[in-house]
Amino acid sequence: MDDVASDVIAIIAERLPAEKRNFGMADRLEDLGIDSFSAVEMIFDLEEKFDIQISYNSNDARFDLETVGDVISAIKNLVAGRS
Amino acid sequence: MSHRVVVTGWGVISPIGNTAAEYWSNLSRGVSGIADATIISTDHLTQKVVAEVKDFDPRRYFDDRQITTLDRVSQFAVVAAREAVEHASISFADGLSERTATIIGTGVGGQSTQDESYKRLYQEHAKRLHPLTIPRLMVNAPASQVSMHCGLRGPCFAVASACASATHAVGLAFHLVRSGGATCAVTGGSDACITFGTMKGWEAMRIMAPDTCRPFSRDRKGMVIGEGAAIVVLESMEHARQRSATMLGEIVGFGMSSDAVDLLSPDESGMVRALENALADSRLSPEDIQYVNAHGTGTTANDEAETQAIKRIFGRHAGKLAVSSNKSMIGHALGAAGGLELVATLMAIREEIAPPTINYLGPDPACDLDYVPNEARPLRIEAALSNSFAFGGLNAVLAVRRLW
Repeated sequence: MDDVASDVIAIIAERLPAEKRNFGMADRLEDLGIDSFSAVEMIFDLEEKFDIQISYNSNDARFDLETVGDVISAIKNLVAGRS
Repeated sequence: MSHRVVVTGWGVISPIGNTAAEYWSNLSRGVSGIADATIISTDHLTQKVVAEVKDFDPRRYFDDRQITTLDRVSQFAVVAAREAVEHASISFADGLSERTATIIGTGVGGQSTQDESYKRLYQEHAKRLHPLTIPRLMVNAPASQVSMHCGLRGPCFAVASACASATHAVGLAFHLVRSGGATCAVTGGSDACITFGTMKGWEAMRIMAPDTCRPFSRDRKGMVIGEGAAIVVLESMEHARQRSATMLGEIVGFGMSSDAVDLLSPDESGMVRALENALADSRLSPEDIQYVNAHGTGTTANDEAETQAIKRIFGRHAGKLAVSSNKSMIGHALGAAGGLELVATLMAIREEIAPPTINYLGPDPACDLDYVPNEARPLRIEAALSNSFAFGGLNAVLAVRRLW
């Protein structure tokens, strides 16, 4: 696994109780128990870690980062765009 | 002894008018006060739209010496209070001053002073701050300044309950006058937190609408920060009669509750308890109400929960209510919001017009009441409620009634 993916996984794992930290790429954030408040904190951590800007409004139902894999690929795109 | 409590004056500083008359004229015509910020730079903000107070030049109202003592939040409060006192044509001489309470809500107090001070310290590495930094930014500054500028020597304090501050302030003032603890009260709310620092804080919450505020509408994207002040003069009906004052409306009930659940997510049952308490306090039944001035922030969560709470309290009568959110026009003025909305509610009763919820695109299945979409409507209102539900799970509802 590359560095970006492992960093993203670590940041997601921080938001979860110990018994839920063994998740896979296809797991949905909502199913893991990430509510909109945790999502906002997770996004803050990701922006700080990778020095990127993630557009996210918790009122907008059309948030496309549904699974762990979605988050990793979105962050990779943003990191690529940054450099 | 219990006294009836009437409103005899009001004053407003708002994103759609710097007097009560101008505010109502724009509110009833559905004029939006929401636009890109101009009082701060938006260069480093993703959230660019706000509901700013326009054309507010403090030199029109204060001399230079006074201005140095007043943060923007206190300027708004004092200007609105002066208008309210003048509107009430009241003199506080002959002992009335000592029997008049000053209770002013504010969410966060002197944010401009705080922001500028931190900038000087941390960015410009200043060695010292202005000597009036603390008295300008303290959360009771608007209350203290109103008491000094209007010469009010009775009970005076600030109420801070975030977005419900003004409603809690007016509610406490109402109970104080009703119980005889004060004869009059100058009360309401003020907030002015459109600063770079606070906007970054709001931005980080990810609940702000990038375009405009669309309460209860489909495709709503959240709230828009506003600012302003609204102050009312309350007095016992006997006192108002004695001095032949014009009575603008009556406050008949106040209900409070706290959710004790979540710091941010609204809780429908907490809202329900505040609504129930306001109705019980007013001795009105749900069927007596024709209009609800909603908290209606434009966030998905608030508007759904508020709709459900109204339906739980009003049952089948909910379908007959007109429910509208002023925030569609004036944004969310936080600690001033409840004051601005109370004045709007009293004006709606007096003018027999329900102000609209503008920017409404169409129904959301989760929000299925009559929100007076986009255009004001003639409506005879005998009694109405004004809702405020704050972060931290703090709920406050005022009940008001037509006098004649």
